[in-house]
Amino acid sequence: MPQPLVHVEGLKKYFPAGGFLKKIWVKAVDGISFDIYEGETLGLVGESGCGKTTTGRLILKLIKPTAGKVLFAGKDITKLRGKALKEFRREANIVFQDPYTSLDPRQTVFNIIMEPLKTHGIKVDDPEGFVTKLLYEVGLNETHLYRYPHEFSGGQRQRIAIARILALRPKFIVLDEPTSALDVSVQAQILNMLKDLQKKYGLTYLFISHNLGVVRYMSNRIAVMYLGKIVEIAPAKTLFENPLHPYTKALLASIPIPDPEAARTKPKIQVVGEPPSPINPPPGCRFAPRCPYAKDICRQKEPKLKEVEHNHFVACWLY
Amino acid sequence: MSGPQFREPIIEVKDLYVYFYTYAGVVKAIEDMSFTIYKGEKFCMVGETGCGKSVTSRALANIVPSPGRIVKGKVIYYRDGKPVNMVELSEDQLREIRGKEIAYIVQDPSSALDPLYTIGYQIVETMIDHNTVKDWKEGYKRAVELLREVLMPDPEKRIKNYPHELSGGQRQRAVISIGLSNMPRLLIADEPTSSLDVTVQAQLLELLRKLVKEHGLTLFLITHDMGVVAEMCDRVAVLYAGNIVELAPVDEIFKNPKHPYTMGLLRAVPNPQADIEKLEPIPGTIPNLIYPPPGCRFHPRCPFARDVCKREKPPLIEISPGHYVRCWLHAQ
Repeated sequence: MPQPLVHVEGLKKYFPAGGFLKKIWVKAVDGISFDIYEGETLGLVGESGCGKTTTGRLILKLIKPTAGKVLFAGKDITKLRGKALKEFRREANIVFQDPYTSLDPRQTVFNIIMEPLKTHGIKVDDPEGFVTKLLYEVGLNETHLYRYPHEFSGGQRQRIAIARILALRPKFIVLDEPTSALDVSVQAQILNMLKDLQKKYGLTYLFISHNLGVVRYMSNRIAVMYLGKIVEIAPAKTLFENPLHPYTKALLASIPIPDPEAARTKPKIQVVGEPPSPINPPPGCRFAPRCPYAKDICRQKEPKLKEVEHNHFVACWLY
Repeated sequence: MSGPQFREPIIEVKDLYVYFYTYAGVVKAIEDMSFTIYKGEKFCMVGETGCGKSVTSRALANIVPSPGRIVKGKVIYYRDGKPVNMVELSEDQLREIRGKEIAYIVQDPSSALDPLYTIGYQIVETMIDHNTVKDWKEGYKRAVELLREVLMPDPEKRIKNYPHELSGGQRQRAVISIGLSNMPRLLIADEPTSSLDVTVQAQLLELLRKLVKEHGLTLFLITHDMGVVAEMCDRVAVLYAGNIVELAPVDEIFKNPKHPYTMGLLRAVPNPQADIEKLEPIPGTIPNLIYPPPGCRFHPRCPFARDVCKREKPPLIEISPGHYVRCWLHAQ
């Protein structure tokens, strides 16, 4: 059994949402636990507002958790400070969704990629050669060295953002919807590149996306989130072929399939309504109000994540 | 469900050119576009950002936003069998058709609704404008029925709500009921579900399918999602850089794609139902339409490009009944 690189336990994040005498909290992430093993890609899927992005940020200590702990290579990062924190920042990094806002418009590509090295006080002998090599790594070349972000397309900008991270030789990267701002023909280029880089450098990914096709293509294991909770974790193939949680089933039945024949015959399990607000989540199982199989216990007690098959965890009273 | 059943045309686009006159230069958004939508069918237009799909849909109702202009071409609308050219109609005549006979659902429901009026008011307003109800009281009754039809929860209460009080899915339901309020003959839906979550998207697509069937509407759906195309359409037009590159019945497009761009697009989309070892991306990016590539606009990215592709623009030709392709590979 490989060692987990990231170990998350009972992680919570509540955001204040006003209230005068009694504080109101948005329970964005509400007690989740999982491991990410070295060299694997863990996919994190869910609909908007389910807490995927918040989870990604918590793991990198970009925001402080309300409760719970995150171990990175055995160290609790919620307690890291000073030099140790800086070292962690070198090893773990993030690619954002929007390549139009994550690059400084006033800096050349060369400066953008050199900046993290300066921050970390890393000296390279031949900066130009070093950056050029990185650009080749992400499918760009030396003619792009002294250009500015506005001269690039969305896909190329995302490549620059990835080159900037590679400059630090990280171990772990959170990919927060890295391709959802891109067109499908370009999306495939970036996904393949990310897979190649992972193989070459032994990277570990947390891949956050709402696109189930993309997540299946990228991930070894997938965690499904609903309203701040993880409802199911399983190897990618298992999750798609044998989903257990009613929400996962509904989610999979809702994706439009690019095959007209399969689309006509596929089972229609449709959930009604929309996800409730994370301010006052329903008691018990959070999916119960929309769940076709909900029983009394589902509305009273919260189900715990339980291993029902080898490596297949689900939080549901049906199992 | 393909071509032959739907023989009575409702819209015929002939040789349409739409240009945008910007400071940076003239953007040739649509060139040499011709297609027909038949009565009662679900016609889809698919393509990537900037390929001209939204502009096409706007040209159908003659609402191309400034600085865009229809430079050339005709949009024939068969109004009770009598053809009228939408491009030449006066503003008054267009107002009679838009919102009543041709309705439009946009991608972003929050910008389509006026934040200062209740959604009930906005639904009734459309009907009052077109004299389909006799007064506001009758209008409100009809609005509740419409909201119930689009499966809005608690329609009696919702008509008194302002747009900000509704969720994204509920707002889109409100926009759909405005579109349906005058029982249009043609419903144009421009990415109606792209800003919504998949479980909500599935509910709305199901609803659109039901409405088209029950009311005998004609649907013109615009999307970038091949999955939505497969689930919703009878016929599909694939757009690339302002040109239709392929047009065929939906099964034909997925099983027997002929244009290299369509083939590439299908291989580049990760299918959630299959284990895929390696995706095959299309190299390069979409061209700048101020200076589009000469010849076939896809040739810089095409693995089969030959000399003729760089020089001359291929025509859209019918290679089998109902299957049109714009490619030199199939032109001889």
